Amino acid sequence: MTTKTTTVLDARAVERTLKRMSVEIVELNRGTDNLIIVGIQRRGVQLADRLVRMIEGGEGVTVPQGSLDITLYRDDLQTVGPRPVVGPTYLPWELDGKHIVIVDDVLYTGRTVRAALDELADFGRPAAISLAVLIDRGGRELPIHADVIGKKIDVGQGERVDVLVAEVDERTEVVIVPKSAA
Amino acid sequence: MTAAFGKDLLGLESLTGDQIRLILDTAEPFKEISERAIKKVPALRGSTIVNLFFENSTRTRISFEFAEKRLSADTVNVSAAGSSVSKGETLVDTARNLEAMRIDMVVIRHSASGAAQFLAERIQSNVINAGDGTHEHPTQGLLDILTLRDRFGDLKGRRVCICGDILHSRVARSNIWGLTKLGAEVAVCGPRSLLPNAIDELGVRIFDRIEEAIEWAEALNVLRLQFERMTAGYIPSAREYNRVFGISRERLDRAKRDVLILHPGPMNRGVEIDSDVADGPHSVILDQVTNGVAVRMAVLYLLAGGKPELAEAAKGGSARGRESGDRE
Repeated sequence: MTTKTTTVLDARAVERTLKRMSVEIVELNRGTDNLIIVGIQRRGVQLADRLVRMIEGGEGVTVPQGSLDITLYRDDLQTVGPRPVVGPTYLPWELDGKHIVIVDDVLYTGRTVRAALDELADFGRPAAISLAVLIDRGGRELPIHADVIGKKIDVGQGERVDVLVAEVDERTEVVIVPKSAA
Repeated sequence: MTAAFGKDLLGLESLTGDQIRLILDTAEPFKEISERAIKKVPALRGSTIVNLFFENSTRTRISFEFAEKRLSADTVNVSAAGSSVSKGETLVDTARNLEAMRIDMVVIRHSASGAAQFLAERIQSNVINAGDGTHEHPTQGLLDILTLRDRFGDLKGRRVCICGDILHSRVARSNIWGLTKLGAEVAVCGPRSLLPNAIDELGVRIFDRIEEAIEWAEALNVLRLQFERMTAGYIPSAREYNRVFGISRERLDRAKRDVLILHPGPMNRGVEIDSDVADGPHSVILDQVTNGVAVRMAVLYLLAGGKPELAEAAKGGSARGRESGDRE
């Protein structure tokens, strides 16, 4: 187990990676029609925001952007306890027939994504749902995969991946920290 | 890890300002759920909640039931009439029998002050006080405060006057505790016969004349005259009460500023409040009802989480599956 923090991506690398992801999302959707980008609270929301702006820069189209707080769809309320504050869910469109791209910072066990899929199902019946993540750290506990991946890394159970975004954390980077340091 | 404010919600007196703010902050996102086409989230799936109402209630019982159902809990309603209570079963026996059927929470309304605490000390389930005698009605206090916060933002230094039948009002007590803990200035106004002794010890100002109260306050929480609890002649007549203490358009028009109007319901129109005020532009009476569901969802959610023994078991098991670390 490492004892110190390692930087995986710095701010410029995050920007480059997101740029590529934005192109891949448009490719996956074959354009920007019917595309809705939905960030998962919290850091997924800022990443989704940046992706939408990058797509806007490349394609000249502002795709609709929503946010999803999956706290109330988690399967661990009884064990972990209530999250202090539940963030807003913002999905003001008809989702039927749309292609939803869920954006999250880190894909680990897959349980957050499972909860997000459940929540989206309560809002409508999209034609397709895809998943874009900045970091895939392995360790899945559910049959879930990402369609667009920023970077794949192998991280041990004793370590944690933190994605920091300037909008919330005052700087942008991706770091691996030992869990004991939390 | 226990819930943020213990096993039960019995009153606002025992909560800190931070705990009250936590409930209000948690209620905020719950408002949106009631606006969805599918008004339901799975957070309390599998939890069983008994609504034990020994006193009549429409708004509070239905509000709790909506809150429970929108969190996917299973609910059972028990009212005193038509249950074994009418055969003489004691409160504790009723609750213990319910608990033997493996329930998780009890929402109780009772005409005796302290009934909720009495029950909470004797059963393992979470107990939520939905009004006990003239003691407290914490979720009503919380929804009133949430409604005020929606309009005013921070309540520090804001002036709220509770008007009318303070003596019989658990709503008044919960409001006084909650508002003062959040730094608001609180006053009461009503006939002296309907003010409890030593009310000033709760840190509230007293107005004998409603005109002075209106002049001072930024919001009035107008209470119902509880004729059913009045065992003696507290006021000469409803008509005289209206003439002296009723909230009328003319009285409000004389004030320097707009005054927000709250009422916990059910209203005696033409007694404590006139119809053109209740339905007027500064009335937030229906916002209170909407907020009631969100506040109760927040309380249920916060109480349901974090069973300590389960948390221990989970720690020993496999990774719990928090995605990007344990940031929260």
